[in-house]
Amino acid sequence: MQDINIKVTDRNGVTHDVIAPTDMAMNLMEVVRSYELAPEGTIGICGGMAMCASCQCYVKSDHELPEMSESEDAMLAEVFYVEDNRKLACQIQMTAALNNLEIELAPEY
Amino acid sequence: MITTDILIIGAGPTGLFTVFEAGLLKLKCHLIDALPQAGGQCSEIYPKKPIYDIPAYPEILAGDLTKNLLEQIKQFEPGFTFGERAETIEKQKDETFIVTTNKGTQHHAKVVAIAGGLGSFEPRKPLIPNIANFEDKGVEYIIKEPELYRNRKIVISGGGDSALDWAIFLSNIASEVTLIHRRNEFRGALDSVEKVQELKNLGKINIITPAEVVGLLGTRRLTGVAVEKKGEDSFIIDADHFIPLFGLSPKLGPIGEWGLEIEKNAILVNNALDYQTNIPGIYAIGDVNTYPGKLKLILCGFHEATLMCQSAYKRIFPDKKYVMKYTTVGGVDGFDGTRKEAPKAVVKSIQ
Repeated sequence: MQDINIKVTDRNGVTHDVIAPTDMAMNLMEVVRSYELAPEGTIGICGGMAMCASCQCYVKSDHELPEMSESEDAMLAEVFYVEDNRKLACQIQMTAALNNLEIELAPEY
Repeated sequence: MITTDILIIGAGPTGLFTVFEAGLLKLKCHLIDALPQAGGQCSEIYPKKPIYDIPAYPEILAGDLTKNLLEQIKQFEPGFTFGERAETIEKQKDETFIVTTNKGTQHHAKVVAIAGGLGSFEPRKPLIPNIANFEDKGVEYIIKEPELYRNRKIVISGGGDSALDWAIFLSNIASEVTLIHRRNEFRGALDSVEKVQELKNLGKINIITPAEVVGLLGTRRLTGVAVEKKGEDSFIIDADHFIPLFGLSPKLGPIGEWGLEIEKNAILVNNALDYQTNIPGIYAIGDVNTYPGKLKLILCGFHEATLMCQSAYKRIFPDKKYVMKYTTVGGVDGFDGTRKEAPKAVVKSIQ
């Protein structure tokens, strides 16, 4: 049981240091929502099923992330604001290996 | 003008169940939804996904939940205004309301229940600089009138079910259909993907992948689109219509301008009593509302709808005596003349 530190840059460019639990089966989208770093209703619209891309983010640190599922990959192929290292935050589970992860939320679309 | 007792804005699970609870109180309902069908997110985003926390359903698909709710409410004959977004609300001198949609349809109701979820679903627009200039001049985000495309050259972009399904449908109507997607792979039902493959082999659909529409051409109307394909110079395709299908995203929209108290993109209600907003006669139920401890769950929406209907009844009939009756005791009398009731107990001696 361990908390990890994460840096989240919100859609206004402000970076927040947040502490995320690794024992609550939380994903990064949920962490962002619990700290209210994006307005309610603009992130996690599908609830975390990789079906809406409202939690698209860019991974800025060089952590090794789990391989993308087909559904995540396909969903990302349909959205805008393409940059490198795109992920859906709802598909990043909080684990000890992700300590010091740095991400930026993609613009709302 | 459509008249009703309770006007429900949003035909998702909470809005649909409201019809049932209102019906038990003999109140008639009409629903407005920006989508072309009932179910809200359950139909639009995840119809094939299971839900596990609907009481008494260990597992139910979101699409089936919608289907069951429609079955449960059908005897109360709800009216629907689909494909239109509630735009304005005017309180009348007699404390009733007139709600007008973006297409001008007027609804007159004694009570308004906003069950709008995260808002109305609006099409996502691709980031092409001059796209706004061509809206309704060759660029359509939603297909409303397929005949518009007869013998026309159509370019569709997107990689999901709607892009596939419309490409298939329009291949019979249009003179030319081109489907453009960023990937070679499409994210859709297998039979749709296979059908598009077949139509491609027959030369009825052109497919350009991995590619993207990056520009629009034309002076007054659209005449062509500029396409960038990976590893090639960009090129132009003649087109009368460009239909970008990148899904829908919910926006609170005009409801946010109705003078309701808004907090965290949701409508603040009195949860200690009846889910009424700061404007008497307007209620907000389901995911669209907020109050201390709010949970955005379908099952909470059902509860909120039930209490809200009781309050609506008292508002409409302030002097009438009323006690809540179990459906098992009172049965269900539909507006269509049907009656559901528990079978009578048998009283018979045993010899």
